[in-house]
Amino acid sequence: MKFIKFLLLGIVFGIVMAKSEAISWFRIQEMFRFQAFHMYGIIGTAVTLGVIGVALIKKFNIRDFHGNPITFFPKDKSIARYLIGGTIFGLGWALSGACPGPMVVNIGYGFLSMIVVFFFAIVGTYLYGVFMKKLPH
Amino acid sequence: MRELITQTWAWWFSGAMIASIMFFLLYFGQSFGFSSNLRTICAAAGLGKKTKFFDFNWKAQTWNIVFLIGSIIGGYIASQFLSQGAPVDISAATINDLSKLGIAAPESLQPNELFGLEAVFSLKGFLILAFGGLMVGFGSRYAGGCTSGHAISGLSNLQLPSLIAVIGFFIGGLAMTYLIMPLIF
Repeated sequence: MKFIKFLLLGIVFGIVMAKSEAISWFRIQEMFRFQAFHMYGIIGTAVTLGVIGVALIKKFNIRDFHGNPITFFPKDKSIARYLIGGTIFGLGWALSGACPGPMVVNIGYGFLSMIVVFFFAIVGTYLYGVFMKKLPH
Repeated sequence: MRELITQTWAWWFSGAMIASIMFFLLYFGQSFGFSSNLRTICAAAGLGKKTKFFDFNWKAQTWNIVFLIGSIIGGYIASQFLSQGAPVDISAATINDLSKLGIAAPESLQPNELFGLEAVFSLKGFLILAFGGLMVGFGSRYAGGCTSGHAISGLSNLQLPSLIAVIGFFIGGLAMTYLIMPLIF
């Protein structure tokens, strides 16, 4: 039962991603060609509200529902891993038109060919785990 | 009212909802990052026996797998009850650019040329989907996050690494769109 809230949040996430068309390959192409504001509007609104909200959480030491302080862990300092990893991610994002969240929303929507994309995303993560020691971080 | 639900949802509403989901996850003691699930699935499949990266207490990530299952259900609800199957209303400029790559104007959310059954069961079509997924999965873990973990959660916390990752997302995305896709499509 303690997981039901995460199920509900996931359902809302899936509906919003589908109804905003952020799961559409066409929308991702439109974004990378800078031919519409739509995707930038979605991400920009989320980040703007996110920055304000995170600043308020820190300023007022807001606690979570367990009563623990909400803490944010700074990400490890590096350039190589974020730039190289991010670039590889971007190549895949533009080609398949989906990042991991939208992949599974697409499967639910009925685009079953996304199962292939999602399966190989798992394989990609596995290959990273195998070769990570040999990669610059 | 029905029209308001079945049409494309406004960017500002969708963006605000995504921020709300991030804050609800923080309130519930977790953080918004979808690609972690890919690592969790590898761990749950027992791959941690041979590869240390997948040897961790993955059961603590059950909440995120439940979130993933919810998002599949959400996609199903959106298509079955909240849509009328209208094509994506992308810009005329994009339709024109894509026609040069052999992708017809939208008839639904996704192009048939890439996601239709015929495409999946052709060698080229299969390889496109497979390599797309492979690079997303490899790159997101290498970069330590995807769109949700870096572009939304990370930038909200003013993390420089996340900004570098997002710049990487665009370097890769632009290279694929302008340089590689014209060669392979």
